[in-house]
Amino acid sequence: MNRICLYCNSEWVPPFSWAVFFTAEVPEYLCPDCKERLERITGKTCGICGRPLEHLDAKYVSGNICYDCVRWEEDPEWKGVLRENRSLYLYNAFLKELISRFKFRGDYALAKAFAEDVKQAVNRLDYDVLAPIPLSGERHYERGFNQSEALLVEAGFKPAPLLERIHGEKQSKKSRTERIRLKQVFRVKKEADVAGKKILLVDDIYTTGSTLRHAAKALKEAGARSVSSFTLARG
Amino acid sequence: MRFAVIEDKLVPAPLLTGDVPTFPISSIDHFREKLPLNPNFIPNPDLKNLLTGKQLLPDDVPHSLEELYAHYENGFLIFRKGLILEKKKARCRRCGNSDPRLFASYPCFRCGEKCLYCRKCLMMGRISACTPLISWREEGDGGLVENGRSPQTGRSSGMGPLLQKPSSVSETSHLFESKSAFYESVSSFSKMQPSSSGNQLSVLETQPSASEKGPSKNHLDIGNQPSRSENHPSSEKRASPSQKQPSAPENRLSYSEDKPSGSHDLSPVSLVWDGTLSPGQKAASDKVVEAIAANDELLVWAVCGAGKTEVLFAGIERALKDGKRVCIATPRTDVVLELTPRLKKVFPGIKVASLYGGSEDRHLNAPLTLSTTHQLLRFYKAFDTVILDEVDAFPYTVEEALQHAVRKARKDESAMIYLTATPNRTWQRECRAGKRAYVTIPARYHRHPLPVPRPVWCGNWQKLLGKNKLPANVLKWLNERIAAQKQVLLFVPKIAVLEKILPILRRLHPDIEAVHAEDPDRKEKVHRMRDKKLLMLVTTTILERGVTFPNIDVAVLGAEDRIFTESALVQIAGRAGRSARYPKGDVVFFHYGRTEAMNKARKQILAMNKEAAEKGLIDPEE
Repeated sequence: MNRICLYCNSEWVPPFSWAVFFTAEVPEYLCPDCKERLERITGKTCGICGRPLEHLDAKYVSGNICYDCVRWEEDPEWKGVLRENRSLYLYNAFLKELISRFKFRGDYALAKAFAEDVKQAVNRLDYDVLAPIPLSGERHYERGFNQSEALLVEAGFKPAPLLERIHGEKQSKKSRTERIRLKQVFRVKKEADVAGKKILLVDDIYTTGSTLRHAAKALKEAGARSVSSFTLARG
Repeated sequence: MRFAVIEDKLVPAPLLTGDVPTFPISSIDHFREKLPLNPNFIPNPDLKNLLTGKQLLPDDVPHSLEELYAHYENGFLIFRKGLILEKKKARCRRCGNSDPRLFASYPCFRCGEKCLYCRKCLMMGRISACTPLISWREEGDGGLVENGRSPQTGRSSGMGPLLQKPSSVSETSHLFESKSAFYESVSSFSKMQPSSSGNQLSVLETQPSASEKGPSKNHLDIGNQPSRSENHPSSEKRASPSQKQPSAPENRLSYSEDKPSGSHDLSPVSLVWDGTLSPGQKAASDKVVEAIAANDELLVWAVCGAGKTEVLFAGIERALKDGKRVCIATPRTDVVLELTPRLKKVFPGIKVASLYGGSEDRHLNAPLTLSTTHQLLRFYKAFDTVILDEVDAFPYTVEEALQHAVRKARKDESAMIYLTATPNRTWQRECRAGKRAYVTIPARYHRHPLPVPRPVWCGNWQKLLGKNKLPANVLKWLNERIAAQKQVLLFVPKIAVLEKILPILRRLHPDIEAVHAEDPDRKEKVHRMRDKKLLMLVTTTILERGVTFPNIDVAVLGAEDRIFTESALVQIAGRAGRSARYPKGDVVFFHYGRTEAMNKARKQILAMNKEAAEKGLIDPEE
């Protein structure tokens, strides 16, 4: 049967093979052309932030850790706060467009396009609780939904709202130094039980890692055993 | 946002007191979109200016929910459902979409339900089942709008006029409550967030004094005190005045400088143009003036290169002189960009708004608007005259959405002028049967007949391409042009063919480029062709319209493809012989099986030439 691409609206016919009869059908939401434009992160990546090391100049790599993470880990305040981050795709022009339509235009349905990959990737990770990065109330109202939560829900997971924002200005408007120097923007909700738990934070993009580290710090301070993170894109 | 219905009247949930059931607007069966006009209410002119003739989402309106609601209660604003939900079927009120594949739903933070939304017009702001569309009451509707207005004072200063809050607001104030859910208060423009504190009721009542502080800050002072709700702890607004206050007047200036056409103080409109119309153009121009004056519909069927734009000048002038608001709509941004300076030049006395995705004139209320058909989706009963260019430019389904946009943007009493070189079959039939008013311009301004295309069979060209070869007669035709250094525009049906054929052609001559719709270098390549730096440009159908190269021959390879419809082929043939210096050009349809579209296109061109000859619009061939 013809399908319609969630992104470009073109129709396509999935290739027919005998596998159709033997395996459960995995729904495809993007046409092959669009799907191809998503670049999966493969090969050697930074042991902490999951950034591909392949195209990175050797002087920005120390062992299997990228220079950015080295800087984070040198700071006693941030050392070991975020155990590791794993990201699915490179933040290329296409994904940028896709994510912008997903979260800024509010096209919730696009979460389905990532669902299968998110599901497989998250299942390979070790965690007790899945916690999406929260939005400020104002941002949440504006968008109508939380994009990180949507990614999880559409992939069939049950996210736990452990965190809330203290004040919520847009991260994307700030430079790296500004983001790092920022005082804590998250706190753990009163009713949330995080003590001794392995927590997996979920966000749409890892850019400087500041958002995720601030969230991780709040959770660690509340007694979490370890905090890792998973993002759709690695900027 | 959720609404309650009290005595058929909508009440937004954040403004409710007491326990009343609330619903997303699309789930409410019956309510009054428009309430009786209260002549004693003095509406905010900025709001009027922003919303007149528009249909906007709350997120596009930087005014507080209280202010919007007061205008609704007093009959000035209209709230309509964004989506219509009928049994099993949804329809988008803005773009007309009813294709179930182009709707999706999400767990909505605003209404707390699973909320359906339209994916078709998403890029203009999401319309979901809980989204109202907001419009201003039509001009003249109720007749009291003008009477109710206070004399406008602040105009010459360029600041918004003084705004007085009507006493009638307090009558409705039992509905207001200083509630906390202020994400709900329609304030997506965070810079418009006020820093006022205290009870909003008292703020409402003390409006006049507030207005003394500064004429254009009023709506800033209403509502939205910072407060926390349990669920949204971060609701405190970082309302640093330094950041917010200065931006507000700026924003308002852009609306308040330009009064809507309703104020009827149009500066003298005069057409500044010293060109002359050909007899064919003149006849059409007269008809356009007539149709505009009488609010009729008219189809101007003008051959490619007839000079359509000039034909509109007199009609536009007439409409503007009558105080009418005119819109020229076209599917393509290129055309808007090209027409804007031309029209600004010939109508120097008036404001011209130029609307396309990302343009800055979004809130400019001008007597003459140039818009892409897509941007028309934001308009609602706005124009007295709509001129729709290239009616046929897109496939049927898209055309339908476009027609929906146009229908909505017109006032009930309005003129509609369609321009096209290639009306579809149905329209042609209607014209012939006398069911559709139309006028033809069968000849080009340079008085030469249109080049007539020659269909030529070229065998299985795809198979040959597979072997990196071209059909012999195609090759011969191309080599002749190359030898004579004559520029060629070659059309192919698909991008895949484009990629396949380019290396083959480059073996013949190096100065050959290929261009398609998504090509980032599209403009640059077209430019090089125009500068004669390229000998040949190979393209898909994107260049069938609008592009003019003075002296070219045109060929289609694979003219039997479905994509080459009658109108596409007429347009393609219309690329040749455009300039007065080079009025001729060869047009060949190389095909592997002649189609009806080819025959019809050829017939249409021959018929136009015949009509032009009979009317004496072309000179006899020497």
